[in-house]
Amino acid sequence: MSAVSALLRRLACPLALLCVVTGAYAQDLLIRGAHVHTASTAGDIPGGDVLVRNGKIAAVGTGIAIPSGVQVVEAGGKPLTPGLFAGITAIGVEEVSLESGTVDEYLTLGAPAWQMQWRPEFDVTLAFNPRSVLLPVARIEGLTWAIVAPDSRNGGAILSGQGAAMTLDGRYDAVLDGSRSLFMQFGADAVNLSAGSRAAQYMLFDQAAREARSPPAAGAQAMLLPAGREVLARYLDGGRFVFDVHRAADIRQVLALAKRHSIRPVIVGASEAWLVAGELAAARVPVLLDPLENLPATFDRIGARFDNAALLAKAGVAVAFALSSDSTQNARKIRQLAGNAVAHGLPWDVALAGLTSTPADIFGVARSRGRIAVGQVADLVLWSGDPLEVTSVAEQVWTAGTPVVMRSRQTELRDRYLERLRGGED
Amino acid sequence: MLPGSANLIGGRGVTLKNVAATGVQGMKFPDAPYGLKMACGENPKRVYGSKSQAPKTRMGNIAGYRQAFADAQEYQRQWEKYARELAAHETKKDKDDDAQPPSEPKRDLGKETLVEVLEGRILVHIHCYRADEMQLMLDLADEFGFRIAAFHHGVEAYKIADTLAARQVCGALWADWWGFKMESFDGIQENLALVDRPQGSCAIVHSDSSEGIQRLNQEAAKAMTRGVRLGFDIPPERAIRWLTAHAARALGVADRTGTLESGKMADVVIWDRDPFSVYARAQQVFVDGVLAFDRAHPRPPRSDFMLGQQGDAP
Repeated sequence: MSAVSALLRRLACPLALLCVVTGAYAQDLLIRGAHVHTASTAGDIPGGDVLVRNGKIAAVGTGIAIPSGVQVVEAGGKPLTPGLFAGITAIGVEEVSLESGTVDEYLTLGAPAWQMQWRPEFDVTLAFNPRSVLLPVARIEGLTWAIVAPDSRNGGAILSGQGAAMTLDGRYDAVLDGSRSLFMQFGADAVNLSAGSRAAQYMLFDQAAREARSPPAAGAQAMLLPAGREVLARYLDGGRFVFDVHRAADIRQVLALAKRHSIRPVIVGASEAWLVAGELAAARVPVLLDPLENLPATFDRIGARFDNAALLAKAGVAVAFALSSDSTQNARKIRQLAGNAVAHGLPWDVALAGLTSTPADIFGVARSRGRIAVGQVADLVLWSGDPLEVTSVAEQVWTAGTPVVMRSRQTELRDRYLERLRGGED
Repeated sequence: MLPGSANLIGGRGVTLKNVAATGVQGMKFPDAPYGLKMACGENPKRVYGSKSQAPKTRMGNIAGYRQAFADAQEYQRQWEKYARELAAHETKKDKDDDAQPPSEPKRDLGKETLVEVLEGRILVHIHCYRADEMQLMLDLADEFGFRIAAFHHGVEAYKIADTLAARQVCGALWADWWGFKMESFDGIQENLALVDRPQGSCAIVHSDSSEGIQRLNQEAAKAMTRGVRLGFDIPPERAIRWLTAHAARALGVADRTGTLESGKMADVVIWDRDPFSVYARAQQVFVDGVLAFDRAHPRPPRSDFMLGQQGDAP
């Protein structure tokens, strides 16, 4: 066997034992002797075992007896975490950002704001393509679920539409129950969609909410079509609204709006959230942020700072992570966000929770995702080292107890050209 | 600092030291050569194609560069001819009072810049993603007799790592950014490590981003890790060159900065731990021996813009 093919074989099977498992649908397995970061109240279990049965976690602890017929993976003390949250992305609905034929997350309405209709019935998850090459790219880095969200630009509305948490395990019907959310763009980033003033964003919301609750007279100019009224009414009745907003004053206005309409807000972006941390905590409103967004890049982000996450967590706000740009192709960078938050004062376990249990709680999927606990879907990641460290990699990922083939279009390209480079060296 | 990538030939770049100043004169790296920015691929195509102007295609791009350098050669010949005529006039005028001096050609700043490229005094930096286009640019350099200092972005540089090393062309590359346009679709996380591998290579980690530039140590760490996972021997003391010595080489200032060697500028960073950790933070930064940043005594180098803004202190 040539050195090259030996190397390629080694790359395909980083853990020799796993290669034995890969052939079968090994939904029953025992991972032994891992440093288990449960992301639950059970905390860390050094030398911990995790038993998976029928794709779900059946037991977590130490010294679990090996049931017959179960594949065993010796973890050798390496960190084991729940499958990570990929952030708020367009994975599966956008392949290449500048190739419009591959981009489905923007509903372009093309009308000026004063006559624009809102289309809450727009559901971006219907465009989801699990055969996208972006899924394996994210999956082999330990990302097993994502929010797939619509966005607004080019004449969209400040209400972008519906998105949801989706598993990245490759199935067609990938929406996770209970996670559907309505996505809103607020603040200066969306001011061109609200007739030039951010104040109009509240006016538009109030008007739409009124239409959803009592339809306008026939013939009157309406913001909502009948299907949109039904959808918005459903969300107003206990649904989840995700507001992308950065400026402290705007976050407060969103909190007031939410209170006025008795809705559950989630704040995304939130560069200045630390300034209103107490109010966010009191209202029990969670935040998804990007700790690398530390510059006063716009007038809405004058107060951006490195320790936003740490200050919010200290005040009692639930903090999760979401990349502020390039969150789709580069979703794997989300671990680096968490690590940097730790470098700037966020406790390590809170940072890991921000990639696992906290987003699962925020988006209503905590019953199945986000923790290593009995009954959870066995989306698991075994790491080469500290999972928040830039020098660590995912050595093996499982989705629903099945080992992920640790290959992607990127590793295929790598191996093709690695072989040529090595050939030139002989 | 380089101009953008909308134009085939974007203009001159300048090398700066990271010090506060009220203007560029106070930041210029003393006697550093100028750079020239050129751009391949989609951006010039898109910017001009959307206006239905050339270059709409990659063919148009190449035709545009070749014509520009051909025009620069012609311009160079005009000035050489003028120099010869002027020299002849100088020797002649003592004997002949009626001798008329030659008329000086009109200066063309664009062509003048390209002539300096042809004469090797300006370093060429090319925004170029695809392996095939980088090879075409090397052909262009051969045709007109100039050298390329670095390809920037070079998402497919790993496909021609041997060629780049053999031609002594640096690659200023991302650790992992990819997929935002077709010409970045073949990005891999091992790009830097593969480009770094051949003898004489010159891999540089870059960001092209106000976010990434703050943490090139982390970007290098990711790329180093991917190389090590391939079995490559990339110790930290090698990977650090991607953001020190190799960058200095591409900018033509390697004789003065980029390594810790006696006689060089005292541009030094003291870290609180291995800089290739996500938890590492620079403790002290010296530029030309002057303490420019000290974490123990935080006096943030606050810009005029941030002065007096509310909310920049806890």
